[in-house]
Amino acid sequence: MQTRTDEPAHRAVEAVARESYGRLVALLAARTRDVAGAEDALADALVAALTTWPRDGIPKNPQGWLLTAARNRLLDHARHQQVHELSTPTLKLMTREFDETADPDRWPDERLKLLFVCAHPAIDPNIHTPLMLQTVLGLDAVAIGRALLVAPKTIGQRLVRAKTKIRQARIAFEIPTADQIPERLEAVLNAIYAAYGNSWEDASGAGQRITELGQEAIWLARVLREQIPNDPEVRGLLALMLYCEARRPARRGAGGRFVPLSEQDPKDWRMPMIEEAEGELTSAFQMQRPGRYQIEAAIQSVHAERAHTGRTDAAAIAAFYDQLMQLAPSIGGAVARAAAHAEVRGPEAGLTLLDQIDSQAVISYQPYWAVRAHFLRQLGRPDAAADAYDRAIGLSDDPAVRTFLTEHRNSLTPQ
Amino acid sequence: MLYALLIYETPDDFARRDSRVESDAYAGAWRAYHRALLDAGIFVGGKPLDAPETATTVRLRESKTEIQDGPYSNTKEQLGGFTLLELPSLDAALEWAARCPAAAYGVVEVRPIAVEMEPRVTVANSN
Repeated sequence: MQTRTDEPAHRAVEAVARESYGRLVALLAARTRDVAGAEDALADALVAALTTWPRDGIPKNPQGWLLTAARNRLLDHARHQQVHELSTPTLKLMTREFDETADPDRWPDERLKLLFVCAHPAIDPNIHTPLMLQTVLGLDAVAIGRALLVAPKTIGQRLVRAKTKIRQARIAFEIPTADQIPERLEAVLNAIYAAYGNSWEDASGAGQRITELGQEAIWLARVLREQIPNDPEVRGLLALMLYCEARRPARRGAGGRFVPLSEQDPKDWRMPMIEEAEGELTSAFQMQRPGRYQIEAAIQSVHAERAHTGRTDAAAIAAFYDQLMQLAPSIGGAVARAAAHAEVRGPEAGLTLLDQIDSQAVISYQPYWAVRAHFLRQLGRPDAAADAYDRAIGLSDDPAVRTFLTEHRNSLTPQ
Repeated sequence: MLYALLIYETPDDFARRDSRVESDAYAGAWRAYHRALLDAGIFVGGKPLDAPETATTVRLRESKTEIQDGPYSNTKEQLGGFTLLELPSLDAALEWAARCPAAAYGVVEVRPIAVEMEPRVTVANSN
């Protein structure tokens, strides 16, 4: 435990690490392409700060201090190791670049390059999200494992492998050219959204794990939007996550009870966040290049309108889901589309749409069974509904959702 | 790959099994989970264990058999059951462990079966 007097200095180290980790790693690794080496150097610098700052005071320019300290480690290390991949001209260039970048306000923002490196097609897509979380945000393997439900040791090994690949395959730290951007950007957006939690739009998947990374994912999307303001999908993703985040306080009722969207009180929604989302989505639509994230955001925007109008335009939501399924078909989208159409045309229509989904694909897909149970209940088929509820309950990993479904199951009236 | 989910529960959880009010919810959640394992085609085996008070431990020390009342470990959470699952990866096992009702109130330990050890410690079925 730290002594009391150390606290401001420790908090300062923590704050600058939190704010600038990705920027610093990106700056350090831009030339060497050695993400792991950059992280090690930065870790050393942070440790040095923890001992130096409480003693000598917090430097005026904490980021500059850390960058200088980490840079010196990196250069020392490179010289010691006589790293083959790193030529003398590169070392000289690095030194010069570092000297020119003592003022953090004049640093180029290299985080964008780092995001594209993390989601490079040469790297296993499964590791895109963890790699971003670690190198841009500085999360450790334990936190990443907890949020993505993967063993920390496994995550650690995969991260090491990915970083080795970046260095050995010499994946360039650069922003893709205009013609590469759409393809490459999609991977970046998907990785950010995966960090947020894909299951959010699902009818009942309330996963607690989502909450852990919500803020970080939104932060990454903001970085991206600052850097690529003219891409509508970037804004669409940011809007989508803001809409969902705005509803977070309303998702749990008294005693941690799960509250489905249709029963949420809009008074519990965070309106400034919704307004920000509206602004992002409007600018996105003005670019007239529709995409998956814009449509998903549009669906959330219709839900958000209930705060003003008191009602939900179910037909608009159903139409957006039709569009979404044509553009980016998925099991989650198909289930949500069935739920949306049932709101307009009744449970029978919803059930017909559910039956069209490949039954093999939904065996272990919780939202399918929750939605199916809901339809069967409305259709007055309690036995079949009970069966579907059981399957949904057995597949839930959120105790609040499990309780919610169990209560619904137990309140079925026998025929 | 075979994975064992070892389910640890607290004394309160064991008590819930017998409580008339709570046992329905407890059993219902477990029945639903078991059903999901069967539907997914991954269930290989598993059983619930009776309460730790019913346990008896055996040791052979210096040619003397020591019999002791109660479970081996002294921890608050006690082994309450186990499940054996056939799954492609540890990630999949963790996903199923998270869905296990005990994950919400007790602890679920995921352990891979020792594949290299197994042929050395087992014999082929003679019939």
